[in-house]
Amino acid sequence: MKIYLKIWRQKSAATKGSMVQYTLDGVESDMSFLEMLDVLNEDLINKGEEPVEFDHDCREGICGTCSLMINGRPHGPDSRITVCQLHMRSFSDGDTIVIEPWRAKAFPVIKDLIVDRTAFDRIQQAGGYISVNTSGRPVDANAIPIEKDAADASFNAATCIGCGACVAACKNASAMLFTSAKVSQFALLPQGQVEAADRVLNMVRQMDLEGFGNCTNTGACEVECPKGISLENIARMNREYLAASVKG
Amino acid sequence: MGVLDSKVPSGPLADKWTKHKNEINLVNPANKRNIDIIVVGTGLAGGSAAATLAELGYNVKTFCYQDSPRRAHSIAAQGGVNAAKNYQGDGDSVYRLFYDTVKGGDYRSREANVHRLAEVSTSIIDQCVAQGVPFAREYGGLLDNRSFGGVLVSRTFYAKGQTGQQLLLGAYAAMNRQIQRGKIKSHTRHEMLDLVLVDGKARGIIARNLVTGEIERHSAHAVVLATGGYGNLFFLSTYCMGANVMAAWKAHKRGAHFANPCFTQIHPTCIPVSGDHQSKLTLMSESLRNDGRIWVPKKLEDAQAIREGKLKPTELAEEDRDYYLERRYPAFGNLVPRDVASRAAKERCDAGYGVNKTGEAVYLDFDAAIMRYGREKALTSGMKNPDDNTVRKLGEEVVEAKYGNLFQMYEKIVDQNPYKTPMMIYPAVHYTMGGLWVDYNLMTSIPGCYAAGEANFSDHGANRLGASALMQGLADGYFVLPYTIGDYLSDDIRTGPISTETQEFEEAEKNVKERIEKLLSAKGQHSVDYYHKKLGKIMWNKCGMARNAKELQEAMDEIAELRQDFWENVKVTGSADAKNQELEKAGRVADFLELGELFAKDAFERNESCGGHFREEYQTPEGEALRDDKNYTFVSAWEYMGDPRKAKLHKEKLNYENIEVKTRSYK
Repeated sequence: MKIYLKIWRQKSAATKGSMVQYTLDGVESDMSFLEMLDVLNEDLINKGEEPVEFDHDCREGICGTCSLMINGRPHGPDSRITVCQLHMRSFSDGDTIVIEPWRAKAFPVIKDLIVDRTAFDRIQQAGGYISVNTSGRPVDANAIPIEKDAADASFNAATCIGCGACVAACKNASAMLFTSAKVSQFALLPQGQVEAADRVLNMVRQMDLEGFGNCTNTGACEVECPKGISLENIARMNREYLAASVKG
Repeated sequence: MGVLDSKVPSGPLADKWTKHKNEINLVNPANKRNIDIIVVGTGLAGGSAAATLAELGYNVKTFCYQDSPRRAHSIAAQGGVNAAKNYQGDGDSVYRLFYDTVKGGDYRSREANVHRLAEVSTSIIDQCVAQGVPFAREYGGLLDNRSFGGVLVSRTFYAKGQTGQQLLLGAYAAMNRQIQRGKIKSHTRHEMLDLVLVDGKARGIIARNLVTGEIERHSAHAVVLATGGYGNLFFLSTYCMGANVMAAWKAHKRGAHFANPCFTQIHPTCIPVSGDHQSKLTLMSESLRNDGRIWVPKKLEDAQAIREGKLKPTELAEEDRDYYLERRYPAFGNLVPRDVASRAAKERCDAGYGVNKTGEAVYLDFDAAIMRYGREKALTSGMKNPDDNTVRKLGEEVVEAKYGNLFQMYEKIVDQNPYKTPMMIYPAVHYTMGGLWVDYNLMTSIPGCYAAGEANFSDHGANRLGASALMQGLADGYFVLPYTIGDYLSDDIRTGPISTETQEFEEAEKNVKERIEKLLSAKGQHSVDYYHKKLGKIMWNKCGMARNAKELQEAMDEIAELRQDFWENVKVTGSADAKNQELEKAGRVADFLELGELFAKDAFERNESCGGHFREEYQTPEGEALRDDKNYTFVSAWEYMGDPRKAKLHKEKLNYENIEVKTRSYK
């Protein structure tokens, strides 16, 4: 296949970026999207040009590092996958592919397609945990039975990989889906109840401080989430937040 | 040749750890506030260690190359975590977990360490549940278990096919709590480029800020390396792209012995290679072997017809299939340990029975499981005489609930539906049992430098059992290191802050800068990947699933030659003072080009077959690994002497006082 690429190039956070065009020949359909970029970079290096920098690590859809906007969609045209799981069989010979970094005020560009997502870490640091110290003698794991449905729902919320596609998909660059997934994981478990009120208040406050936008319930985040994190989590977080605010 | 002291405490095996904890020195809480610890790597081992050390009161500085600790490759571990809870009442015990692990490791691990691992395994599950890790549960609300290779009990706790993710997020959450309290200072997008020794003790590191390129000095009273394994030596592996040996290798060059480098795990169930563009391989969890049956065609002509696309696997009659693991190992069947399963797949494919275009794939078939689960589900749903389609549909739902994400992952990569046609799988490099040599306290041969998790060599011998990597990472980080490090640090309560304005730091920084300069100034013929791929081919062909003296000798020469070529002709674009992924890769590949040679040397010198180390010269008439217990019941710990080929061997003799050393049999 012959593919035409338009890729965002930006030297550093301080410099201005622009779209640059490349043509790539000999692309095979069973290459992954990132392997296609590897081939492009090998070409660029051989020509003495600087390769395109992009974030990636596990290349199996679980670490949440890769983060490309492809033809205007986070993680590209397929649903329920990350960019690293996208394959070139989703494209045809002669296609033009536009590749951009995540766009959000809270995710500044570091270089080319790499953005800074440490805002997500700071939201988690504000309360995304249960305060329990490591101890060789905690309560036996089976001492608290947890209803399977609650355990499964908590697990589903916990499968968020923190990639930021929800923010990139949202016209307001809201981080509600991300934040609510973590709030929900603990809200659904008995272990999470003790700190539930503080957790939701602190995490939401941090989310706002980071400069993420508000949620207007368009649901774009849920559509683009590679892990299928449900909008229900946002509803649950809103309920938790309201209850915590009233409790004061 | 030196002799190593493992510092294993005296006394009966089951009492050693308790006795040791009672006897080692402690640091009082007020003094802990004056002690700094650097933790490099924030996966399961590093993340759990950092969180626990900070809870205890030490000042912790963490470093990882990822943009967040949550992305370390522990996250990709799928199947589960072992613990001797015996919740299933199927005869499990601490002793049995200990026994299975030593046997699974083909009698090349240290008894006392493995027993401690089995002992603390139960605390791991308690700890994780308390943290809110959402493990799979049964309808009664209690924790569910499944079985893994090489054992006869169900002791594996899991969270669908994402157990590593959930455990890592637990450790990350524990870290976050300490970051918020100011007890952990987290440095992300940083890479450790050297270890700094002051008066023979590890007192700090030189790190590069990967965003700005700045070279930084960081000091501490002790340094913990939890930087994972070195499987990316093979270029193609199930590791993440960034996994590297830099921290461990730099420690090795500063005096830490590197143990059993040739003990590498080749995992039997990975998605086969599709072409030259391939950048990594994807694992299909071992848990699939609970329900999947592995087979190839019985007849060569059928295998050929399948390869040519003239025959579909589903069209092949039951009697024309060779379920070779069930045939060769009736007792363990599809759940033999990984090394055994991998070699058996290679044996069939080498004999011409491979089932994909390249001839390097076997089938993993879920059809029988789908029908079995379907019938059970139909019965429990009160259906009297369900037809096959209904049973199949119900069965597919059960299988989806168990392995849904893995099946989806497979379909996305291969473009085939594994519910309808068998998966194709082939072995791939997955884990390294070798690593930095550590004593019972997890201290390397450099005082004050510790190694935890996959980065050390200690617990898995020559082969790791499934669901034991997560167990070891968390055992080391949550329950072992935080105790043992206090014993060492109790001598440091009066030391005060370690200055970075000393000659030692000065020199280390200078060396690091010169190396970067050298990488950037090579003549520039070929990319870094070009060399990495070449190295990977040598490793896979000559140091892979089967090895022999002649090829290992060739590998050593070829790697040395490639290393020289690399330093003369590598082309690294960009500059040192900015984000530069090519420079990052170049530094890592340069280390692999040294480690590779030591790896081959280690494999060459070990004249026996054991676990993942299969020397073709040493096998039984049935093709099973043939150990030489008389001459090789020891750990090979290599001391750096300049050239990898000249590394000096130190032996740690392994004593088995509680287990009878036998020929491993899974028949």
